[in-house]
Formats: sequence, structure tokens, C-alpha cells
Amino acid sequence: MNNYKTLDAKDREFLVSLLGEERVYTGEAISDDFSHDELGGISRLPDVLVDVLSTDEVSKIMSYANENNIPVVARGSGTGLVGASVPIFGGIMLNMCGMNKILELDEENLTLTLEPGVLLMEISKYVEEHDLFYPPDPGEKSATIAGNINTNAGGMRAVKYGVTRDYIRGLEVVLPTGKVINVGGKVVKNSSGYSVKDLICGSEGTLGIVTKVILKLIPLPKKAISLLIPFPDLDSAISTVPKIIKSKSIPTAIEFMQREVILAAEEFLGKKFPDNSSDAYLLLTFDGNSTEELEKDYEKVANICLAEGALDAFIIDTDERKEAVWSARGAFLEAVKASTTDMDECDVVVPRNRVAEFIKYTDLLQEQFNVRIRSFGHAGDGNLHVYVLKDELSEEAWKIKLAEVFEEMYRKSRELHGLVSGEHGIGYAKKGYMFDQYEPDYVELMRNIKLAFDPKNILNPGKVCE
Amino acid sequence: MQILVCIKQVPGTSKIDVDPITGVLKRDGVDSKMNPYDLFAIETALRLKEQKGGTIKVISMGPPQAKEVIKEAFMMGADEGVLVSDRKFAGADVLATSYAISQGVRQLGNLDLILCGKQTTDGDTAQVGPEMAEYLGIPHIANVLKIIEVKESSILVEMDMANTIEMAEIQFPCLLTVEKDIFQPRLPSYKKKLSTKDREIKTITFNDLEDKNEKRYGLSGSPTQVERIFPPSVNSDRETWTGTGAELSSQITDKLKQLKFI
Repeated sequence: MNNYKTLDAKDREFLVSLLGEERVYTGEAISDDFSHDELGGISRLPDVLVDVLSTDEVSKIMSYANENNIPVVARGSGTGLVGASVPIFGGIMLNMCGMNKILELDEENLTLTLEPGVLLMEISKYVEEHDLFYPPDPGEKSATIAGNINTNAGGMRAVKYGVTRDYIRGLEVVLPTGKVINVGGKVVKNSSGYSVKDLICGSEGTLGIVTKVILKLIPLPKKAISLLIPFPDLDSAISTVPKIIKSKSIPTAIEFMQREVILAAEEFLGKKFPDNSSDAYLLLTFDGNSTEELEKDYEKVANICLAEGALDAFIIDTDERKEAVWSARGAFLEAVKASTTDMDECDVVVPRNRVAEFIKYTDLLQEQFNVRIRSFGHAGDGNLHVYVLKDELSEEAWKIKLAEVFEEMYRKSRELHGLVSGEHGIGYAKKGYMFDQYEPDYVELMRNIKLAFDPKNILNPGKVCE
Repeated sequence: MQILVCIKQVPGTSKIDVDPITGVLKRDGVDSKMNPYDLFAIETALRLKEQKGGTIKVISMGPPQAKEVIKEAFMMGADEGVLVSDRKFAGADVLATSYAISQGVRQLGNLDLILCGKQTTDGDTAQVGPEMAEYLGIPHIANVLKIIEVKESSILVEMDMANTIEMAEIQFPCLLTVEKDIFQPRLPSYKKKLSTKDREIKTITFNDLEDKNEKRYGLSGSPTQVERIFPPSVNSDRETWTGTGAELSSQITDKLKQLKFI
């Protein structure tokens, strides 16, 4: 169906003439890292990998590729979880990591202008030095900002502050044809036509290549306090969440965790967690500008939790205590990974008052399919991260079991009026589940949007809606 | 077992600016917290109490607002708290501080064990614990890594001696300063915050002490003379080398030799 041109010496010559020999890699010179992201089971190397440093270079490569019908994939840090940056048709891969400069902090408009390859951890460090705050807080801090934009990454603070999309003011985008457009800007309001900026966000590299970003910043809250709240069981922990939300005191994050995951993190880090005596915990964070304000907020929520059966509420108020708790929280994923041979993740999002029901259901699946299932994550925004572990299963048995368990989970999510992905995206791996959920007209509309941006279907083909 | 834990209120962050001209710490608007090393001492006391029963008292010296850290110790599980506080104690160096606290400790009745953190994050001297023990005339061990066994009249511990780790048995009553990570400190409990909210914190003032010789306390009891306080210099010298692995490795060996690191 896709009759792409196979790269030849002439194409390589073009790239070398544009970028110089040292920024064009072929064959053995391409590190295996570029063949995959963090998702196992799907990999392919590009035919040629190039390091790009400017919008102009990206634009010239895109228009060449468009003329010559060569597939192109733009890649950031490769920390995606659904195979979105895997060049499944080969072709040219643009490594965007060299475009990594912070261009301007505009303290009058509270915006930060930067190149797409700046890492998330660099952004928070930079703006916080200026008493400003970029709230989106996905776990993977070595991801690039354009990667975050392309998946509409969420993170823990979504409960109070929203997701990446809520902080994009403007973008410079190279279209698949090589043309460059600017969408949005430093403006706060914008009712000027279709919001293409919001289409690019979450498009997983299929509609255009982001080459410049204008982010919205807010003043940095001066203080933060967390509560670690032990519950006798997961059910009572998660059932409390809707009551916290109803109380109208808004924590920045509400996370849940179970003892097994905490023990795995303790073993992984060789370090004790401050408490592991209970089966289930909620971890809540509050931020604000004064200790009094925070105390008022957290006491209200602590009282709700105690009334709902919490065993206590532990206060995390100093750097040392934050470090003891959050270093473990940050290691959960790696710890679960280290406890098994392979795993895959389901990133469904359900309405917040259905989280308990969904988690209970995964417990049932664990028994029904005789497979270990672990979960932890964002109880406050309904976005779950459920991990199915391979353990001792053979590769074949694992594939079959995984497909069955995933099928059940996505079915349950649909039943609860949830959606396929809360923050990881669809990419390559989750397409089938999305097609199962959306009516054909919806998918058709998405395909037509793709066609309008990319008539020759050369930009990251085979992803999202194809 | 009667256990006393010594705790101190310190600035909440290590990122305090020093006025480069006057040398004074800019403490305005900086929150305070319990010295992080003391959390390990409290946790050690709580573990010993869980094992052997008894009472945990905490003592702190400082201005009235230092009661906050005593309240925090209650939230972790301490039973009683006293604050040694008097204007006459102000400006004390390690010697005068140790002496004032040791005088305060004498008001507390029989104790089996006194626990301290290994040092504070503001003074960093690690001397107050051992000096107190000297004033109290009891044996002490600093930098305890591990409690091995609690016996009828003694305690067996592992101590860090810089080049070696040694085991030592020490008779009660005694004083130990404990290392970071001896146990993972528990978090303060909101339930305990509610239940201890009205618990009394006794204040010991100059007039309560046995020794009323003013020359032993505060600034006048402090032989330490501070000549100058200055911010540590920041060194961001950087060299970048390029070359093959072999070239670079011999270059770095030469550099390390030149700097006398190897």
C-alpha cells in the first residue's frame, strides 16, 4: 500500500550536502537505540539517521522527502511507551535532541520559548530558578518537551494543574511538505480559527514536526507538603478519592500505591520506605504560598481520610522526608520492571469515581488469568498504569496471555466510559484498542485530518489512526 | 528503659545566603525544621522502646519557638519534652551549649540512655553530644552505625571509626550519637499531632539549674572566638579535552597525579 522510495546514494548525498558528513549516519554507524523506544517487541532501524540543528534543516529535509516519497520519523529522547517513534517503514530519522536551547524567558508574558529537544528536567530547573513554574510533571524527566507535546503527557500534578496541552501557548511546526507554520503565540486567549496547535499536541509525530515551542508558565508556589495515608486495603483507599475531590480542597497530586510495589522499590533501591506496614496508601501533595494555608488544606483532607477508615496520615514536610518518599515513588516503575522478565503497560483513563472499580477488576483478572498484575499511579485523575508481568511465561504463552488480559482491561475501560490512553498515546501498540472503541466516523475524520497535513503519508506513517 | 533524645531546631534549608559584607546568615523568611540527623536518634529511641518498653523524653535548647521540634517529636512518638531556654544561654558555642544542656539533663531524673544525632546541619561540629557526656560523667560512643544487642545493664553497638568499624559494649547510663540511616525515620503522624496537641512542654530556665555561675553559659561561657563568617567559595573551573580513549585516559591519570589525588 505504501510505495515508499528506498533510500539510495543520491539521497544520502543530499543529506550530507545539507548537514555535513558528521551529522549523517547509515548502517553500522546507527546505534541500536534508535530502532526502538521504551516499548518492547517492536523495533526497526531507520535507513539513515540525521542530527538536525535548525528549523531550516528540518524544512529542507521534509520537502526533499515529500518530493521523493521517503518516510520520515522525528525522534526525541526515545522514552515513549507505545512505539510511536519507531521507524516501521525505515527511511529518514531526524534526531531532534541537538535542538536543545532555551531561547527566551519572557517574564512580562510569563512564557518560555525553547527548542524542541530541551529536556523536561532542564525546563523545571531553569524556570524554578526564576521563581516560575511549569506544572506538567510526567515521571520521565529525560523526555524532551516536543516528545511531551506530541503525546500530551500528563503526570502527577494533572489533578490541580492539568496536562501539557494546557501549557502550550504557541508552536512553530514544519509540515510534512516542508512548509513552516506558526500556530498560537504568546497570547493568552485565542479564538482565531481551528486550533491547529491543539491538534499537533498529541499527534505523536504524525502531523508535523515541532521546531519551536512557547510554553505558558505560572508563579512558583512557595511551599509544598505531602501526606502519606495508610489504609487497611486498596478499596478503602481508592474509594476515598472521590470524597477528597468533592471536598474542593485540591491537592496537586493524588497517587495510590500498594505494599507489594513499595517492597519492590525498597529492594530495588536498597533503602527503606518510611512506612510499609499497610496494604495500601494514598500519597497526596498540596502546594501553596504559606504553611498556614497548606495546613488548613491538608488537615481537611486528613480528617476526611480518617473518617473513611485511614489508619493515620503521615506528614511529609521537609526535604529529607520528601526525598525518602519520592525517591521510592520515582523508582516504582524500574522496581517492578526489575522484578520480572518482561512487562507491558495499560495506560487507560477512566472517570475518577470509577478508578476503584477498575483496580478491583484487575485484581480479578490476576486470579482469572493466573498472571501477576501490578498497578500504581494517579488516583486523582483517573489515569491508571497497570502492568502485566511476564515472569516465567514462555514468549508465546506471554503474548497470548497479554493480549487476552489487555482485551479484558480495555473492554472494562469502555464499559466504565474510559479511554484507551491517558498520557502515553496510541503510537503503534495501542491502535487496535482505539479502533475498537471509536466509531468508524471518528476514525475516518482522524484519517482525513492526517491526509490534510500529509497528503503523501510520509511523516511517521503507520501510527495512531492508520 | 528511660531514654532521652537531644534534638535541635535548624534552618529548613541549606540554601541560606550569607551576607558577603557582614558575614551574617540571611535567616529572614527561612523556615526551620528538626535537625535531620536527630530524626535518626528519635527513630532509634522508638525502636528501643518497642523492644524494651519505657519512656522517651526529648530535650532541646533554643528560643521558645524551638518547641515546634519538640511537638514534632511527639508526632513521631516521644512521650515527654523539655526545652532549655533562657536569654542567658544566647550566643553559646559548643562548650557552653553542652554545659547548659547537661545541666538541664540533670533535672530530668534517672536516665539509662541519651541519644543524639551525629551532628547538626547548621553547626556541623558533632561535639555537643560527647561534651555533654563528659559533663555528665557518663561513657559515650559517637557515630554508632548499628545497635546489635540491648542487655540488662549495657548496650552492644557497632561504631564507625573512619578506617574501621568496631564493636563496643557500653554500660548504662551512657550517651550514643547515631549515624544517618541507622534506621529509616518514621514520618510524623497526623493522629499523634491531634492527640498531643495540648501536651505540656516544660521549660527549664537558668534559675532551674544547679550551677548558677553565669560565666559558664551563653556568650560569656564560650571560649570560641568567631573571627569571620564567609560564604564558601564556589569553584566552577572546567577543562574540556578531546582525543581517543587511550589519549584521554593517560591524560586524566596525569592530571589526577598532578592534583595529588593519586
